[in-house]
Amino acid sequence: MSGILVYALHYDGAFNKNSLGAVSEGARLAAELGTECHAIVVGEGVSDELASQLGNYGASKVYRVEGPEGLAQPVVDAMAAAIEANDLGYALFGGGLLGFEIGAGLAARLDAGVCMEVTNVRVEDAKLVAERPILGDSQISSVHYRSQVGVIIGRLNAFEIRESGGTATVEDLSVEFKPHSLRAKMVQRGEQRGADVNIEDANILVAGGRGLGNAEGFEALEALAGALGGAVAATRAVVDAGWYSYSAQIGQTGKTVAPKLYLAAGISGAIQHKVGMQASENIVAINKDSNAPIFEFSDLGIVGDLNKIVPKLTEAVKAKKG
Amino acid sequence: MKICVLVKEVPDAAVEKRINSSTGRLDRSGEKNLNPFDTHAIEAAMQLKEGGALEVDEVVAVTMGPESAKRALTKAVSLGADRSVHLSDDALAGSDVNGTGYALAKALEAEAPDLVLLGQQSDDGECYTIGAVVADHLAMPSLTQVIKIDVEGGGLRCERQAEYGYDTVQVELPAVISVGDAINEPRYPSLKAIMGAKKKPLETKSAADAGIEAGRVGYDNARAHCSEFAAPPAKSAGQIIEDEDTNDTVEKIVAWLDERKLLA
Repeated sequence: MSGILVYALHYDGAFNKNSLGAVSEGARLAAELGTECHAIVVGEGVSDELASQLGNYGASKVYRVEGPEGLAQPVVDAMAAAIEANDLGYALFGGGLLGFEIGAGLAARLDAGVCMEVTNVRVEDAKLVAERPILGDSQISSVHYRSQVGVIIGRLNAFEIRESGGTATVEDLSVEFKPHSLRAKMVQRGEQRGADVNIEDANILVAGGRGLGNAEGFEALEALAGALGGAVAATRAVVDAGWYSYSAQIGQTGKTVAPKLYLAAGISGAIQHKVGMQASENIVAINKDSNAPIFEFSDLGIVGDLNKIVPKLTEAVKAKKG
Repeated sequence: MKICVLVKEVPDAAVEKRINSSTGRLDRSGEKNLNPFDTHAIEAAMQLKEGGALEVDEVVAVTMGPESAKRALTKAVSLGADRSVHLSDDALAGSDVNGTGYALAKALEAEAPDLVLLGQQSDDGECYTIGAVVADHLAMPSLTQVIKIDVEGGGLRCERQAEYGYDTVQVELPAVISVGDAINEPRYPSLKAIMGAKKKPLETKSAADAGIEAGRVGYDNARAHCSEFAAPPAKSAGQIIEDEDTNDTVEKIVAWLDERKLLA
């Protein structure tokens, strides 16, 4: 059979939303192919209750593997074992960092074709075809698999979560990990850096990127956000640089938001950022580089120096609001 | 010990990228440059070498690509690599991620590195995954998008941001590590280093030299085959304001926001 195996990432007793989307998508595709969607969970002491939750998103079977959490290579071993033992045809991942690492490692292990940043999957001649935007999302290419197994790595938020009300059987799968898969060890996972801020409930977000120049650049954004009655968000680059809190980060390994207004200052608009904010109702971008990708998907773009524009905008907004 | 840094030649950021409609592949003609992300990997290698916590004898830049890719190697050497390896063969052209990772792993095998470093993504292919493919072939532990490396306990203590915050991972050597651009500020090459780069050893290898199986590489053997390029659903272009008079610009922004009832 050409069944589909979906990796489900979990942390602290809950599944990742993108993984639940991937399981839902796997179930939809399996139904169309006339096959089954199975899911796999790798972790320490994963409960029946947690594992079986995936049935509600359309998985008919869940492989539970006892192994290290938060690292890709043990999952590569586990998925390769599950695929070989059950003759599965596809491996599917939601968006995120681990999915990329696991999917790529699995492709190498199984000599399989791999496609990443997939935004849609369709069935053609009883096979899955992955659609992937390329060249800054200016074109969409179709990827056909010419290998026994096809690896599909979704883009963040590409797959919609659908509850099917179904149930799954949980099967314990014992995996012998490769020596190299155990040579990386998690020392600390999920450290929160910077203050805990809530950006997900804000109607207005003022977001800053590398174009701010330094951490102090955020002071002007905080003033503007204050005037607008919103909160401040950040890109991964500036969070990694220690300029702002991780809890305020938008994108691939951060938050996904859809406020009424998203004002991006000094943000180029890389795909990893775009996927976390493109559903915003109104997008305003200020950037000095007229070629910045963010202007391709902003509703209002201002080409100019944010250091000149942001303080004046703050004053003007205050004056207007009285 | 030996550090190999994987580098890649990419179209210059200012060049508009497009698909060659007759081949279905990315048109890689035009101005080229060393992938900016790779300069961070070279800098990370240099900092490990200069830091002294590891005894690094040699930093070797490795690339796969056509004749022109030599320039990326020369640039890598000007940034500090001691020598370079150029895997080049018509049979490799058009390889997909799977084939490219396999071929690079074969080239690396001959070098037997203690550490393989690379940039977290290429500027053109947008795929972030070569490191994980290479690591599986070499049977080495691997981590991608690393933003801090410390030598500790004979291995590397790495930090990176993942789905739930920052992870700290202890990785034993030999290993494959891809680095993010927050890891360092790459140095500029000195004039002397630029002049001397072409004199450093550069070894060119064919697919056969590297022991690459012909059936696993090249366009015809790609396991994932790209085709049918289509335009995405059109999004109406946004309004653009060039800031000439900032007072005027700000007035326009406020009016725009007010029109959409965002200043209520």
